[in-house]
Amino acid sequence: MSNLVLDSASRWFGNVVAVNDVSLNIGPGVTGLLGPNGAGKTTLMAMMAGFLAPSAGHVTLDGRPVWRNTEIYRQIGLVPERELSFGYLTGRQFVRANADLHRLPDAAQATERILAEVDMVEPAARRLDTYSKGMRQRVKIAAALVHEPSVLLLDEPFNGVDPRQRMHLMDLLRRLGDDGRTVLFSSHILEEVERLARHIEVVVSGRHAASGDFGAIRRLMTDRPVRYAVQSSDNRTLGAALMAQDSVRSVSLRGDHLDVQVDDLGSFAVSLPGLAKQHDVTLFELSPSDESLESVFAYLVAR
Amino acid sequence: MMNTTIAKLALQALLGRRRFYLLLAFPVLLIGLVGLVTALADGDAAWEIVPGLGYTLVLPLVAILSTSSVLGPEVDDGSIVYLLSKPVSRYGIAISKWVVALGATLAAGSLPILVAALITGDSTRALALFVGAAVAGTTYSALFLAISAVTRHAVIASLMFVLIWESLLGNLFSGIAWLSISQWGIRIGHEISDQLPDPANLGWAIGASLVVTAVGVWFAGDRLRSFSLRGED
Repeated sequence: MSNLVLDSASRWFGNVVAVNDVSLNIGPGVTGLLGPNGAGKTTLMAMMAGFLAPSAGHVTLDGRPVWRNTEIYRQIGLVPERELSFGYLTGRQFVRANADLHRLPDAAQATERILAEVDMVEPAARRLDTYSKGMRQRVKIAAALVHEPSVLLLDEPFNGVDPRQRMHLMDLLRRLGDDGRTVLFSSHILEEVERLARHIEVVVSGRHAASGDFGAIRRLMTDRPVRYAVQSSDNRTLGAALMAQDSVRSVSLRGDHLDVQVDDLGSFAVSLPGLAKQHDVTLFELSPSDESLESVFAYLVAR
Repeated sequence: MMNTTIAKLALQALLGRRRFYLLLAFPVLLIGLVGLVTALADGDAAWEIVPGLGYTLVLPLVAILSTSSVLGPEVDDGSIVYLLSKPVSRYGIAISKWVVALGATLAAGSLPILVAALITGDSTRALALFVGAAVAGTTYSALFLAISAVTRHAVIASLMFVLIWESLLGNLFSGIAWLSISQWGIRIGHEISDQLPDPANLGWAIGASLVVTAVGVWFAGDRLRSFSLRGED
């Protein structure tokens, strides 16, 4: 059981602040680190894995600093996003080299055990450069797990992995979390994170934007104000009817469509068709005008 | 301090890449050229090639190729994190990689110099140049390892040191011999055969070679301890 703690950690590169005063406490179980691309997830991960010195603040594992501390890797398993450049090794040779570097007493057996755990026994005799993305990802996880670390850090582990392999990887990580290991993975896809993580930490523009279980995060995201563009057979009538709804904040006529700002996504979506029918209006088109992930995150930060 | 797993991986990296053939081409060309000139030309023309081309150019190039094969690409693409995320001494990693690079430099640089020099006759002279080449190869590989650990442009920086500092400026200003790895080796070889020149003080040549070697390897290890991963941010 290990706790990875960031205490007011910041990291800047010259004038650019990549991580801004982030405090986190990552405990046992699966935690998802969610944020758009460029939010500082990789920088955070690098600091937690001891591959970047915090410019200010502290990063510790069970009270011991992580930076320039070689011994910490007895406890940490790291799955970098970076590709393997050991294409000339077979999967088994690569995992075995990792076991040897940890000086495991029975490296051969540990290698076979972990290859079985990630379901890579059969392709393990092939060279790494013949593997698919999902297979490489699993071999990387095997290499990070071969010494049974109490903390597993994975940077964007599902990037480019096909859906079937993704399910497989998620099952594996869930199992590790249930075993009491501290598993932290980063992702920029909400659906991915909420399917797997018990706990979610959200970072946006280098700042810690939200923290909680996936229900709380999901609510934050669906309750935010959203804008829609609506086209119908009678925009003015529909607009008047919409304005009477509790969930609607504002309505304006914009050329051939209505610009609607909504507070409560759920009840708006449910009530709209009925409302239109009631007023004899035909809906032609309904499209969100700011549904991008960036706007979701921007709302979380501005909150 | 030596880590056999790291050394094994470094050896595989060295043998598994295409530049290994380039590494082989240098000594083959040197020996071939010296053999050809020995057969065709009179006098000591063939010998001139060995220190002039083999020692001052082939040896450092082989050292650059070897060190950049064992460390350069991994630092470049960041995949060295796979080795560094292990409870393994960073100095041990530097030493292991240096030993492999050194072995390659001696085998593909210093040894062919001995063979080429023997072809031209005089075995004392050949032995002297070989000892110099072994010392210089050792020092070169440690220096280039340190350079590989600091900059992505290690090959360029190392080439500039050899071509501009040692060769170009070294030929113009004799004082550079005091700060030239190849001249230290030559000075040590001079003890065996005075057919080699005497460009600097012997104690200095030995001491400087030792210091550059030790500090170079230690420095590479220290840089690995502070290895930073930079993401897309």
